[in-house]
Amino acid sequence: MDFATFLVQCLNAVQYGLLLFLLASGLTLIFGIMGVINLAHGSFYMLGAYLAFVLSPHLGGSFIAVLLIGVLLSAAFGFVLEWAFFSFLYQRDHLQQVLMTYALILVFEEARSMLVGNDVHGVPIPAWLSGGFALGDLMSYPWYRLFASGACIVLAVALYAVVNRTRLGMMIRAGASNRDMVRGLGIDIKVLYRIVFAGGVALAALAGMIAAPMTSVYPNMGASVLIICFVVVVIGGIGSITGALVASLLVGFVDTFGKVFFSEYSGIGVYLLMAIILIWRPEGLMKRGF
Amino acid sequence: MDSDRRTFAWLLPAIGAVALALLPAVLTPYTHDLVVKITLYAIFALSLELLVGMTGLVSLGHAAFLGIGAYVTVLASGDGAGSALRLLPMAMGAAAVYALFVGALSLRTKGVYFIMVTLAFAQMAYFVFHDTQLGGGSDGIFLYVKPVIELGGTTWLDLDNKMHLYYSVLAALVFTYGLLALIRRSRFGHALAGIRVNEQRMRAAGFQTYRYKLAAFVIAGTLAGLAGFLLAAKDGAVNPELLSWHESGAVLLMLILGGIGHLRGAVIGAAAFMLLREFFQTEDLVGPLASHWQMTLGFTIIAFVALLPKGLIGMAMPRRRRAAPARPLEVRHD
Amino acid sequence: MTEGAPLLSAVDLTRRFGGLTAVNAVSIDLDVGEVHAVIGTNGAGKSTLVNMLSGEMPPSAGRIRFDGHDITRWSQPQRARAGVGRSYQRTTIFPEFSVFENCRLAAQATHPRPWALWESADGCGASVRAAHESLEAAGLEDQASRPAGLLSHGGKRQLEIAMCLASRPKVLLLDEPLAGMGAEESERMLALLEQLKREHAVLLVEHDMDAVFRVADRITVMVNGEVIASDAPQHIRSNRDVQVAYLGEDH
Repeated sequence: MDFATFLVQCLNAVQYGLLLFLLASGLTLIFGIMGVINLAHGSFYMLGAYLAFVLSPHLGGSFIAVLLIGVLLSAAFGFVLEWAFFSFLYQRDHLQQVLMTYALILVFEEARSMLVGNDVHGVPIPAWLSGGFALGDLMSYPWYRLFASGACIVLAVALYAVVNRTRLGMMIRAGASNRDMVRGLGIDIKVLYRIVFAGGVALAALAGMIAAPMTSVYPNMGASVLIICFVVVVIGGIGSITGALVASLLVGFVDTFGKVFFSEYSGIGVYLLMAIILIWRPEGLMKRGF
Repeated sequence: MDSDRRTFAWLLPAIGAVALALLPAVLTPYTHDLVVKITLYAIFALSLELLVGMTGLVSLGHAAFLGIGAYVTVLASGDGAGSALRLLPMAMGAAAVYALFVGALSLRTKGVYFIMVTLAFAQMAYFVFHDTQLGGGSDGIFLYVKPVIELGGTTWLDLDNKMHLYYSVLAALVFTYGLLALIRRSRFGHALAGIRVNEQRMRAAGFQTYRYKLAAFVIAGTLAGLAGFLLAAKDGAVNPELLSWHESGAVLLMLILGGIGHLRGAVIGAAAFMLLREFFQTEDLVGPLASHWQMTLGFTIIAFVALLPKGLIGMAMPRRRRAAPARPLEVRHD
Repeated sequence: MTEGAPLLSAVDLTRRFGGLTAVNAVSIDLDVGEVHAVIGTNGAGKSTLVNMLSGEMPPSAGRIRFDGHDITRWSQPQRARAGVGRSYQRTTIFPEFSVFENCRLAAQATHPRPWALWESADGCGASVRAAHESLEAAGLEDQASRPAGLLSHGGKRQLEIAMCLASRPKVLLLDEPLAGMGAEESERMLALLEQLKREHAVLLVEHDMDAVFRVADRITVMVNGEVIASDAPQHIRSNRDVQVAYLGEDH
């Protein structure tokens, strides 16, 4: 493999990893703070992708507008969904949570089918991000993918800043380690949870929106990405944002280079990685905590 | 009084088995097929009950073992009629080996991690059959001739024969049910129950709980492999969707529908789930909702888990205080 | 009291959590025929010490010898089967099982026979016998068939001890067995402890000072993870350092 190809694959691996990170951080936040395992997280990713598809033609091609409106809409949706459904799951045991959120996937998939149909759709790459830059003599790397990586990095930094440097973040971290204490301090834990949940949904939807022009929009797109997301969380350690980042990048590299070298067996590479981590460090790479 | 209870506990399932044995006389081809399917999935559900109900391990990847059992049956059959005496142990053995691998690794984790890891390993098996040469791709593979038992020139069992298949599946159900009932009353079963209630306490007493959990995991996987063998024999085909998480989710659903913690619950739950699914998909009964059966099923699940977390059995059992439980668990051996 | 080496001997046990040292070079000996109490203020490291002795937490440094073996690396189940039993501060019985089954199951650990699937657990002679004996010792024989969850708080604490006894341990690590008990129940428990110490080596972690001074043969005082005194009760009472540490504490 020549250097240019290697560089392209590295960039792809990082881009995929960063996108996974957005998803995984949403999942790990929701689980780390509220203790709910949410199988429907992939559906939020799908929601974002479909939002991008639906909003694109109406917003005159302004991609940034699509992203902003999409984030607001999905955050609002998450807010309502937490109030109407998820808040009832906190007291339930894991099995019930699994089944309830699994049922939610079924409902979402069917709703999508009824509202938007079952066809595969494309989302256009905005004009100012189309094309690529040259790498070596033969290869070029798409600007959009670079934008995707960049956007994810910005979001990762923002997430880190919010969690570690703001009052909201402090309440989130406190809520993660000691729910009763937080309540005792007079912080309305219900609203805190709702905000965190909405944030998790928004992150997942954003990942879907950013991914849409690259992967196109199709039924069940949430399913496979969700399971990879779980693998990331297991490898990185639940409740650890840093762990999610390291694990996402690791998974990105294993998956991308796995496809290059072992095309047929590439699908299982990520799971073998998980198996190795389980042998070596079952609690995940990072300890609990942000 | 205690021995009366014990005989009575066997009576209900025994009656059920006899009823099932007599049923073919009155069944139409469609209902015959449905009953075989339900019985088969009851075996699958029972195998998971050992993990979820008896040991408290929620596995979201149990379909992997069903699928492996089915695939190995087809792959090892070749072009002619395979001998069930060879294929069944191979199917169960392959499922057992994968269960050992998955169990050994996933049991190093707890709680939610465990759920996610079992799902991931099932997905790994899914990809092996979906993407690689081994599995024949997303369309799956066909079984050319169904397994038989041929000894001394005579064909004693031909799973292509509907009656033979029916009674084989019934026999497998009786075997599985009986085995689990035996396990439940044994030291091993009591230890599993203790692990379910308070694993730390069990360790403090001196039990090496990891080994017990692993044993339960492997046994559960092996029994799922048995169901897989029968499924391949029944359908004459396998496809990767057998290992999908929809399948794993469905079997968990069967348990919660019937009622976790009861062997009867697994059987009832399997029947309830399959019937519900048929019901929701039949236009004659639900009209235009039939094409949106996933949503109807989804809402039904939510309602069920929210309102009836103890399942159908929980609904039937009145909330009475047991004055003097002779057995350790509040549940009966049936 | 005993000749030769103590039954359980821990030397320089240390436990660090990142930057925090919860237990610092604590040594403690347990002999058959005596109750060795460990007292200290909250956060003194008593629970961590017990966890290291029982095997739930590996020490950062130090060694533990039991009955001639170095058990520092042994897992908790291993130690339990060898004869190190423990009871917990928060009740860890099996509420849905009967009182009898609680003990029988605990006793089963020493006669596991997991592969004998055809044998009913209730028919396991050895564990049934052990369960009857420990229930009698704890005074719970008449409650044997009740669901354990229905016992009074004191009854549950007694069951906790009974379960500990069911696996026929030589060492008993008791973590606050009197927690939450009324006067009458405490009396019963103390009488039980007096009885138990005859044939076991008992480590008792307690906050109830009256109880401790009544029943203990030796007292070790811990403050901030370290031992500040370890002696017979009367000497502990008059020890200056101990008095300073407990100034303001009334029990």
